[in-house]
Amino acid sequence: MHTEENCRFAKTHEWAHMEGDIATVGISNHAQEEISDIVFVDLPKVGQQVTAGQNCCVIESVKSASEIYAPVSGEVVEVNTALANDPALVNREPHGNGWLFKIKMTAPAEYENLLDLNAYKVTIQK
Amino acid sequence: MNDTPLQKTPLCAACEKAGAKLVDFHGWLLPVQFEGIIAEHKAVREAAGMFDVSHMGQIFVEGKDAWAFLQYINCNNIKNEPGAGVYSHILTEKGTIIDDAISFCLTPEKFLVVVNAACIAEDFAWFEKQASHFEVAVRNESAQWGMIAVQGPKALEQVTKLLPQAQELARFHIAEISLFGVDGYLTRTGYTGEDGVEIMLPNAYMEPLWNALLEQGVKPCGLGARDVLRLEAGYLLNGADADQTRTPYEAACGWVVKLAKENFVGKDALTAQKAQGVQEKLTGFVLKSPGVPRAGCKVFVGAEEKGVLTSGTYSPLFKGIAVGYLAADAAVPGTEVEIEIHGKRAKAEVVKTPFYKNRV
Repeated sequence: MHTEENCRFAKTHEWAHMEGDIATVGISNHAQEEISDIVFVDLPKVGQQVTAGQNCCVIESVKSASEIYAPVSGEVVEVNTALANDPALVNREPHGNGWLFKIKMTAPAEYENLLDLNAYKVTIQK
Repeated sequence: MNDTPLQKTPLCAACEKAGAKLVDFHGWLLPVQFEGIIAEHKAVREAAGMFDVSHMGQIFVEGKDAWAFLQYINCNNIKNEPGAGVYSHILTEKGTIIDDAISFCLTPEKFLVVVNAACIAEDFAWFEKQASHFEVAVRNESAQWGMIAVQGPKALEQVTKLLPQAQELARFHIAEISLFGVDGYLTRTGYTGEDGVEIMLPNAYMEPLWNALLEQGVKPCGLGARDVLRLEAGYLLNGADADQTRTPYEAACGWVVKLAKENFVGKDALTAQKAQGVQEKLTGFVLKSPGVPRAGCKVFVGAEEKGVLTSGTYSPLFKGIAVGYLAADAAVPGTEVEIEIHGKRAKAEVVKTPFYKNRV
């Protein structure tokens, strides 16, 4: 199970949790607090190729749209369909049931370049 | 980047203490939200919420010609009847919208005009310029006054505990009040589509007022909820839905134009436009699929681009809603359109506004 402690983070506030060659992706607790009141998640399509650092998903709050960047490269193999009926799951459980999508990684080394929780916490304190 | 420090309202510290997330709004540091936009929206639709609207402007017009002057610079008929207020547009000679404001008659020779924050300087300069042919003095007291809007079905009940006269105040009317030993104004107005009032006091007395309402359980609400509420209620946001390129007819506010009036700034241009009809009209849209329409999104009818959104949001009551300027031939309720959101077309329908049928 993915938790804040066993994830890696992108500076753009996405987290990734690796199991084998599959990375589950979501947004950090800090990010969901900043975005607040999430009302719609425009998820990528299963089968879509994504590249680390590129926009592949949009999270809509009442106030604004936030682009979500793929933390690692690969193919989207699953999306969190529960978000269609309950997008606020991302607010309530950003590290649990509020995950966004899963990527079958083509360059697992990219995962190692992501920040651990402590390093990520330093970036959001700035 | 603009390095001018942000202006703060007298309630800035109180808002921060209440958990506000503060943002830059046209040069003002203002609360965008407290608990959250959805919770605050619910409080105003179902109970009572309060907004710090101290950034809004207060311009006093005094003198023998005060009413005649306001009649001349407004396209609507201003009431010359103590206590009565009228919503109107202030226009250029071309008939385009400088600001939308409410003019309240205090006495036949003294009026208070409450204007939008972003327009204070321009309105005041325009008033002074136009005033030269009238026996009036125009005073901008915006910096001295604070203002709280208390809105919702329970707003009157809450405010009556502090100001018993709130109960008898008629819609769009003003009363002179005394609270905490100082004089101020109470108006039965708002920008949410709910019943409610707005209370003006000198800056130093705003915190006690905020705290008293807070203690009574009135929920602090921010600009985020205010924008959803006003859009649901079909109110214009000046600077977004209306500006100096648009007339009241184009902004779907023909009801504020009284062409039968003897004379007012912009009358000739509006008379001509009324005869010719408008090319584009501010139109309401409801999205028929999940997603959130925003200002700037293009509107298509079939393959043809026919308009652009000026305001859009997620409404807890109606989901994706928006207004925007659409070619007049397409601005017919029931028309199927597509709105381009993040590069993808989403189906939407032209609807009559307001989205929310106000109880007021």
